[in-house]
Amino acid sequence: MTYLAKPKFHHPALPKNEHGFTHRDYEGSISTLCAGCGHDSISAAIIQACFELNIEPHRLAKLSGIGCSSKTPDYFLGQSHGFNSVHGRMPSVLTGANLANKQLIYLGVSGDGDSASIGLGQFMHCVRRSVNMLYVTENNGVYGLTKGQFSATADRGSTSKAGGTNNDSALDLVGLALQIGATFVARSFSGDKKQLVPLLMAGLSHPGPAFIDVVSPCVAFNNHAGSTKSFEFVRAHNEAVNRLDFMDAREPITVDYEPGTSTEVALHDGSKLRLAKLHGDYDPHNRIAAMNYLQSRAAAGELVTGLIYLDDNPRDMHSMLNTVDVPLNGLGEKELCPGSATLDKINASLR
Amino acid sequence: MPPTNIKDPNYFHKVVDCQWACPAHTPVPEYIRLIAAGRYSDAYMINWHSNVFPGVLGRTCDRPCEPACRRGRVEEGAKTAQPVAICRLKRVAADNKSDIRDRLPVAPAQKNGKRIALIGAGPASLTVARDLLPLGYTCVLYDQDPGAGGMMRTQIPKFRLPEAVLDEEVNYILGLQPELRLGQRVSSLKAIVDEGYDAIFVGCGAPRGRELEMPGRKEAAANIHIGIDWLASVSFGHTTKIGKRVIVLGGGNTAMDCCRTSRRLGGDEVKVVVRSGFEEMKASPWEKEDAMNEGIPILNFLVPKEFRHDNGTLTGVVFEKVKAEYDAKGRRSLVASGEPDVHIECDDVLVAVGQENAFPWIERDLGIEFDRWDMPKVSATTMQSTNPKIFFGGDAAFGPKNIIWAVAHGHEAAVSIDLHCSGNNVNVRPSPLTNLSSQKMGIHEWSYDNGISPDNRYKVPHAPPEVTLKDVRLEVELGFDVKQAFLEAERCLNCDVQTVFEGPKCIECDACVDICPMDCITFTPNGPERELRQQLTAPSTHPETQDLYLSEALKTGRVMVKDEDLCLHCGLCAERCPTGAWDMQKFLFNTAKAGCHV
Ligand SMILES: Cc1cc2nc3c(=O)[nH]c(=O)nc-3n(C[C@H](O)[C@H](O)[C@H](O)COP(=O)(O)OP(=O)(O)OC[C@H]3O[C@@H](n4cnc5c(N)ncnc54)[C@H](O)[C@@H]3O)c2cc1C
Ligand SMILES: Cc1ncc(C[n+]2csc(CCOP(=O)(O)OP(=O)(O)O)c2C)c(N)n1
Ligand code: SF4
Ligand code: SF4
Ligand code: SF4
Ligand SMILES: [Mg+2]
Repeated sequence: MTYLAKPKFHHPALPKNEHGFTHRDYEGSISTLCAGCGHDSISAAIIQACFELNIEPHRLAKLSGIGCSSKTPDYFLGQSHGFNSVHGRMPSVLTGANLANKQLIYLGVSGDGDSASIGLGQFMHCVRRSVNMLYVTENNGVYGLTKGQFSATADRGSTSKAGGTNNDSALDLVGLALQIGATFVARSFSGDKKQLVPLLMAGLSHPGPAFIDVVSPCVAFNNHAGSTKSFEFVRAHNEAVNRLDFMDAREPITVDYEPGTSTEVALHDGSKLRLAKLHGDYDPHNRIAAMNYLQSRAAAGELVTGLIYLDDNPRDMHSMLNTVDVPLNGLGEKELCPGSATLDKINASLR
Repeated sequence: MPPTNIKDPNYFHKVVDCQWACPAHTPVPEYIRLIAAGRYSDAYMINWHSNVFPGVLGRTCDRPCEPACRRGRVEEGAKTAQPVAICRLKRVAADNKSDIRDRLPVAPAQKNGKRIALIGAGPASLTVARDLLPLGYTCVLYDQDPGAGGMMRTQIPKFRLPEAVLDEEVNYILGLQPELRLGQRVSSLKAIVDEGYDAIFVGCGAPRGRELEMPGRKEAAANIHIGIDWLASVSFGHTTKIGKRVIVLGGGNTAMDCCRTSRRLGGDEVKVVVRSGFEEMKASPWEKEDAMNEGIPILNFLVPKEFRHDNGTLTGVVFEKVKAEYDAKGRRSLVASGEPDVHIECDDVLVAVGQENAFPWIERDLGIEFDRWDMPKVSATTMQSTNPKIFFGGDAAFGPKNIIWAVAHGHEAAVSIDLHCSGNNVNVRPSPLTNLSSQKMGIHEWSYDNGISPDNRYKVPHAPPEVTLKDVRLEVELGFDVKQAFLEAERCLNCDVQTVFEGPKCIECDACVDICPMDCITFTPNGPERELRQQLTAPSTHPETQDLYLSEALKTGRVMVKDEDLCLHCGLCAERCPTGAWDMQKFLFNTAKAGCHV
């Protein structure tokens, strides 16, 4: 961490987005995490993604649980809504907030402990209910905040900094998300912003349950030889299936790929995803194949990153529940108390 | 692009914008930190070693450092962005120091037997004397004026530079006991050469004010004065008044001193009239501002045509109105506007349209070659003329400049004279003295204040014009008080505390990239500089001002590129780096002075 607040001075020629903001306007307070923490890089990537997506800060709500990772929403989007819940309970709070106001963009930020240990049930139910959100886990394989105990995502056989070996099986959040109905599933690495930023942009734009697992080395407790979440290990075993470019609906297409090496995916808001194929005929639209591929690469000791699965026709909890479009706080007395005649009608329909 | 060689003393020196721009390469941030710490005497001595006249320069310097100062590039809002008040902080050191005489060098009793003649006792010669006397040289100082100081004494008005300040700093040098030949005009350089000196330094300045020949000049001569002659006469106390209505012709700093002096000697209606536009005037912006604050209008685009007189008594000046026109290449020319001529009435005119060199006393058969402008051929690095024993410096070398350039020339000439007299090649220059040391005191503790003050530049308080306009010797600027000085000093970014990168330690975690408030740092595949500049995290805005700092290839094969241009030296990169690959290290740079040999 640093004790100094980041100076307000910024580069005079920083690009500005549609709202006249520079990326600096999407920052939060100064991070208190350890110097070099992968989580800080993810914060920087979120800042960049929101800046590039022209998100008005007050249109976004960031929610988190407990952990170093869950502290990070304090370090970005200082002008957005936020809620820091108890350990592992962010998914319920996010679901509730989303029910009350479907017009905001929901960003859930969590850790591997927060989501794969204490909050595993919450995570699964939130995804299977198809809450429209981007759920990000900052996955370092340890409980960073409580000084580096193995978490449920630590690989069997990996060692702790103190020398202990993890004998339990690892839980793969990406595999779970695929199984229970996430319609956008990706994995990335905090040390690769070129990959992470477009994934975050696509995930934030996805109108359904989007999940990104970001491997994020913990420099204090999990960046040693024997760790499978260290900078060196991830760089050596990273198996990117595609490289993607996020293209705003209005932007002219500037990236050129050789024919046959890329696919284009139209998103619901008119923007596009361009996927450069890096791996044979990997098809991110085939869920079963994605699950198989993931398992086979994992067995070979490799970590699949990139856009793993995308459902072009996502569902959203609201469409199934047939809720009102107006946020609840925008409903007046007349809508909320429609009078005894309406009540009689409802009662009659139930007889 | 090849990796940066940070061992080259010029690499980090250039990062310190102010010091790089200062002709004498004064270690500016070092003295500013000492001022903030209240160590005024120490701050003064750093200046004294580099620029010899801190009290004088802290009031009068042309301050080339300030337009170069990084602060002016990083503050928000191009219009309000202002450099650190480097010059006026120097004055704070001079004003608040204690008695520093016991820190000054002394001339050894045992001389080295070499005799050097110094012609002219302006800042250039005085600097040579200061550098050589402590080494045992005998220096013989000639000046036609009765006191030493050159134009600092004869030209710069006392309301900008009090006599006591000048005397103090000139006396520090006279205390080293040069042989004084004051009040003695040198009318033949040959005669000096014949006295058998081991080396001669010509520091006679550019003493001639340019004439303005036009109708009426001769007839009305009694009320038309050449600016620098008139200022000298005021300085010596020979001239004590001027007419009520005064026109000053010219737009340089001399014109500004002429008009402000006139206001103090009875000129109620003083006008400055310039040929060019207001913006193109040569005078420094602050000089113009000070003049206008004293109720002196500056009229522009008026070309003088004629002095009007009534039987030899000046009555006014006629001007042609012009306008600026630009050709396809953007070059400006002044063309008649077609409007009727303007007649401005006046009682006196001061002509301040330029200054020239004149060497009537230098014989042309001494082996000193002159060019087609009748200027001596002088090496800009060694200050040596084509006669290896004869050196030039200050305004005499390359035409009128300013005090700090005269000092810088003096230092280099002293180095050359010392090399020459000890049988060394003057072209092989001794290297500067540098030092690079970590400022780390604890995990996030540095020996300098790395917080960035958001304050705008502080204004130096002035004495009220009702008071200062009554006395030509009363200083206008009051100087910063200690509290203002501290706040102003805090604006300095400590550009000498360098970001030093150690590639092998870097794990490429991006923490430094993410934290850097100015987006200085990029990790990218290597390429030619032009391409690298395209790939930076933030646009490269001043490629000509600062370099890119490039590492060797890192573990992933990429390189670290840092654009030095807008770095705040806040140390956040080093605070965020988990491996200590970044460190903040103070770079001290002092030019080699006489006595340093290769
Ligand atoms: C009106 C005015 C205001 C200025 N204000 C500033 C300012 O605010 N800041 C600034 O930095 N600069 C200022 N300058 C410029 C500055 O004064 C000069 O650049 C500087 O003094 C040059 O120093 P020097 O050592 O080369 O020569 P000078 O200071 O010119 O000294 C030369 C000396 O040599 C003597 N001399 C010349 N010929 C002979 C001879 N044959 N025999 C004996 N002695 C001789 C002269 O009398 C003089 O004393 C100003 C100049 C003028 C005219
Ligand atoms: C109910 C509850 N149980 C346990 C804790 C202790 N605790 C705090 S953070 C944490 C683990 C956080 O791990 P993770 O989500 O991976 O975050 P990281 O710090 O690694 O980013 C635990 C167990 C708690 N705060 N609350
Ligand atoms: S900020 Fe300070 S060190 Fe940097 S250029 Fe300005 S005065 Fe010099
Ligand atoms: S010192 Fe480091 S963090 Fe601060 S501006 Fe310079 S490069 Fe950026
Ligand atoms: S913070 Fe340090 S280790 Fe991380 S990328 Fe920067 S220099 Fe390298
Ligand atoms: Mg964790």
